[in-house]
Amino acid sequence: MITVKNISKSFENIKIIDDISAVFEKGKTNLIIGQSGSGKTVLMKCLLGLFDIDEGEILYDSQKFKKDNISMISDLRKQIGMVFQGSALFDSMSVIENIIFPLRMFSNKTDSEMIIRAREVIKRVDLKDVDHKFPSEISGGMKKRVAIARAIVLNPKYLFCDEPNSGLDPKTAIIIDKLIQEITIEYDITTVINTHDMNSVMEIGDKIIFLVEGEKIWEGTNKEILNTDDKMINDFVYSSELFKKVKLIQKK
Amino acid sequence: MKFFFHIGRYFLMIKYTFTKFTKWSVLKKLIFQEIEDLIIGSIGIVAFMSFLIGGVVAIQTALAIENPLLPGNLIGFATRQSVILEFAPTLISIIMAGKVGSYITSSIGTMRVTEQIDALEVMGINSFNYLIFPKIISLLLYPFLITLAMFLGILGGYIASVYAGFSTSFDFIQGIQLDFKVFHIIYTYIKTILFAFVLATIPSYHGFFMKGGALEVGKASNISFVWTSSVIIIINFIVTQLLLA
Ligand SMILES: Nc1ncnc2c1ncn2[C@@H]1O[C@H](COP(=O)(O)OP(=O)(O)OP(=O)(O)O)[C@@H](O)[C@H]1O
Ligand SMILES: [Mg+2]
Repeated sequence: MITVKNISKSFENIKIIDDISAVFEKGKTNLIIGQSGSGKTVLMKCLLGLFDIDEGEILYDSQKFKKDNISMISDLRKQIGMVFQGSALFDSMSVIENIIFPLRMFSNKTDSEMIIRAREVIKRVDLKDVDHKFPSEISGGMKKRVAIARAIVLNPKYLFCDEPNSGLDPKTAIIIDKLIQEITIEYDITTVINTHDMNSVMEIGDKIIFLVEGEKIWEGTNKEILNTDDKMINDFVYSSELFKKVKLIQKK
Repeated sequence: MKFFFHIGRYFLMIKYTFTKFTKWSVLKKLIFQEIEDLIIGSIGIVAFMSFLIGGVVAIQTALAIENPLLPGNLIGFATRQSVILEFAPTLISIIMAGKVGSYITSSIGTMRVTEQIDALEVMGINSFNYLIFPKIISLLLYPFLITLAMFLGILGGYIASVYAGFSTSFDFIQGIQLDFKVFHIIYTYIKTILFAFVLATIPSYHGFFMKGGALEVGKASNISFVWTSSVIIIINFIVTQLLLA
């Protein structure tokens, strides 16, 4: 569980994150949703300590995230996996080297043990025949899978995904979403996902936080989001014709 | 004001580079990789350039002193002095600012814009140490490249002047040995080590702190070259003032 209390973050005096409080629950896929530019990535990077927050506090379970406590942060980071918006695989390494990398850095496993563990997660994310390819040689969907594999190889307690299905076709997008949800339940991880994709919201929105210009204006579940009267949410949710029709049908 | 901000951040970067070390087994591999990319990968261009530059220096000297009263060993002497004191360490370093410098900036810059550096940080790795330290260490071999440049520069001068008939082989070799000062060699290697440090760190700085996308990576490499070569020229001036003047 990750608890966020009243955090704010400005860049050059412009408030990007404005007094947000939230709880991200364990064993659930917690979604941060909002339009492009609403501050999802910045919020996630604040949670991870990649950006320093100006105000407020962040608790990982009961442990307070303090940016000057370097040893606590590096211990914590070994329990965090992250899937970046653009996958962020290391170009200079093959797929399997990318996945082994966290093991090489932080475990005392031998080379053959590392390969066994890497093969396990490769199988878990349904990748085949790509071990020795380089990131530039595989498709976007495969890159996401590799990024997920790399993020879970150390059995993290917390998993962060920044738009895990952006740039993917709708079918692959749902497969990736489902994969993340399954892993979250299977390993009882606290998962935080940024998205602006309504399909993801409906499929895996166990808990949803809705941002508008850096402010949290709503929170709830995927069942609640369809029935809320909040105008801004409705504008966001029903910006697509498909979901407008869904609502009409539901009303009938 | 911006200038002091950059200076401050540059030195902080150097400080972080030497803290919180990456696992040695990993670092060792990175260092060997950098030696291959930065040093071994540059042998060809350094050899080619220094050989031709040495030849040109010798011919220019010969043409400038076509006076029968001047001793025949002057061409060899002048070639040795110019190559060892200036052309090998300084000119080659400027060329390296273009080759190695823009390579470093664009590779680190690409890692920045594709969030690979964030990925390292999230894993709890000190990205400064991971990326910059191996470059600094591998460029400790830079004096080896400059030594090669000195040899080939003088060899180029020898071949050009002897085969074009400006000097006899005997005169040229005697010129090379004339009035040899060990201190000049020390001076050259002091410069070389400083240049090596500049070549590893300034391009890294420009890659590390860049913002934007692929287009900006190109711009950052450009700016990085301008800064790296300017700083090399400035250091060259200061060191020469301090040690030779
Ligand atoms: N390093 C930075 N410096 C200054 N401003 C920034 C920085 N990073 C982000 N911003 C600003 O913060 C705002 C929110 O950006 P953010 O990347 O969090 O949006 P997002 O919700 O993730 O959008 P998208 O869905 O397009 O990824 C934007 O206006 C952006 O310009
Ligand atoms: Mg984003």
